[in-house]
Amino acid sequence: MSNTKLIAIKKENKHIKKHTVKSNLPFYLVMGIVASTYIILILAMVLADVFYTTPKHIFKALASTEIQYAIKLSLISSTITMLLSVVVAIPIGYFMARFNFRFKKIIDAIIDIPIILPPLVVGLSLLLLFQTVLGQFIESHLRVTYTVYGVVLAQFMVACAFAVRTMYVTFSQINNRQEQVALTLGCNEKQSFFYILLPQAKSGILTAASLAWARALGEFGPILIFAGATRMRTEVLPTTVFLEMSVGNIEAAVAVSLIMIASGFLVLLVVRLYGTKKNTI
Amino acid sequence: MLQCIDLHIEQGNFIVSNINFKIDKGEYVVLMGKTGSGKTTILEAICGLRKVKSGQIILNTIDVTHMTPGQREIGYVPQDGALFVTMTVAENIGFALKIRKWSKTKIKDRVQELALLLGIDHLLKRSVANLSGGEKQRVALGRALSFYPEVLCLDEPLSALDDATKADIITLLQKLKNSLDIAILHISHSKEEAKELSSSILYL
Repeated sequence: MSNTKLIAIKKENKHIKKHTVKSNLPFYLVMGIVASTYIILILAMVLADVFYTTPKHIFKALASTEIQYAIKLSLISSTITMLLSVVVAIPIGYFMARFNFRFKKIIDAIIDIPIILPPLVVGLSLLLLFQTVLGQFIESHLRVTYTVYGVVLAQFMVACAFAVRTMYVTFSQINNRQEQVALTLGCNEKQSFFYILLPQAKSGILTAASLAWARALGEFGPILIFAGATRMRTEVLPTTVFLEMSVGNIEAAVAVSLIMIASGFLVLLVVRLYGTKKNTI
Repeated sequence: MLQCIDLHIEQGNFIVSNINFKIDKGEYVVLMGKTGSGKTTILEAICGLRKVKSGQIILNTIDVTHMTPGQREIGYVPQDGALFVTMTVAENIGFALKIRKWSKTKIKDRVQELALLLGIDHLLKRSVANLSGGEKQRVALGRALSFYPEVLCLDEPLSALDDATKADIITLLQKLKNSLDIAILHISHSKEEAKELSSSILYL
């Protein structure tokens, strides 16, 4: 019965034109052109820097005591900022991803304020904060404004927001089933957090750390306003670029830019290579 | 012994209420019901993963209704297994014992004992990532049994398995039923499973 029906359907459909699948080439071509434009633009920018400068300029820049200080301060402050950001981002991301509470949406928006604020405004706001009674109290014990502490704080205020976003997404994407099982096996919340959730978030933590570090390395606006641009004191690499440009020494500015690009790229690459091992079934 | 008295669970608009049953030591009870009837919800409430609005959960004369999951000491095997992906098979099975601060040798012995019982002793050093469905269920069972629970809760342990593996795991569950003197609550929507395994069947 069903056999005859099937044959009947086939016969009926005989006059229908055979469907042809069109080539994928135009699709890949358009997507590819759009995708490569941006990457080529980035590389072209870097190459423009490379062709502008010579190894001589770079070695000259590296030999300058001021620039050596800036490199050192940049690397140290960015690393401290990275560590602080991850330490702060993990609990915020955890609470946001695992709990529902009042005003969660509002807190969610507050976390993004440092991202949407113009960098200069972050610096200005920090400066104003340290004019208040509380700020003055802190200043009387530990001078923050126009010191290296100010550099770290200015970097941290912006970089941490990126780390928080990353950790929030990381924890949200990890199903809580494993943590629940851990609870039934005798864990308290602390144990299930450290033994079960955190190990799964390893690559997310690495991403958050590298983002925070890279962001801190490139931070300029808030540092200029809040910590100043004093040579051998609060000068970080972006400050160097600014100072060298402002006296017309473009060669040195470009040389320092290339040092920053190379070191930043290297760190991100290493993190990507180590952090891509996925812990999913 | 596990007993539920007038259990009432609410989550949003979803309500499961008037749940009454008792499982004695040595009994294997299959809880049956359609998809969406709240079987998993009841199981999670028993394990302490879901808040109970009213009613009582009694474990060996102790009211555990408001205890944390860990204090209840119920073995729990969730539907997907939910194995700890950052650990090896042996670490999964020994995890509850590590939390209980057993010595390394004692943990190793217990893990070995369970692995032999469950037929996974050749997998102990493997990561859980590439295990088959049946192997995952065996590891999840071992992990849930490691700390000698008196009650074992299984959430559709056979639903994601192919027929041959399903038969293997049914044999294994029968073996556990006969060799371990514990109360087992097994959720299922398959009558055959229930027939082959249960000492009694509950319908939701």
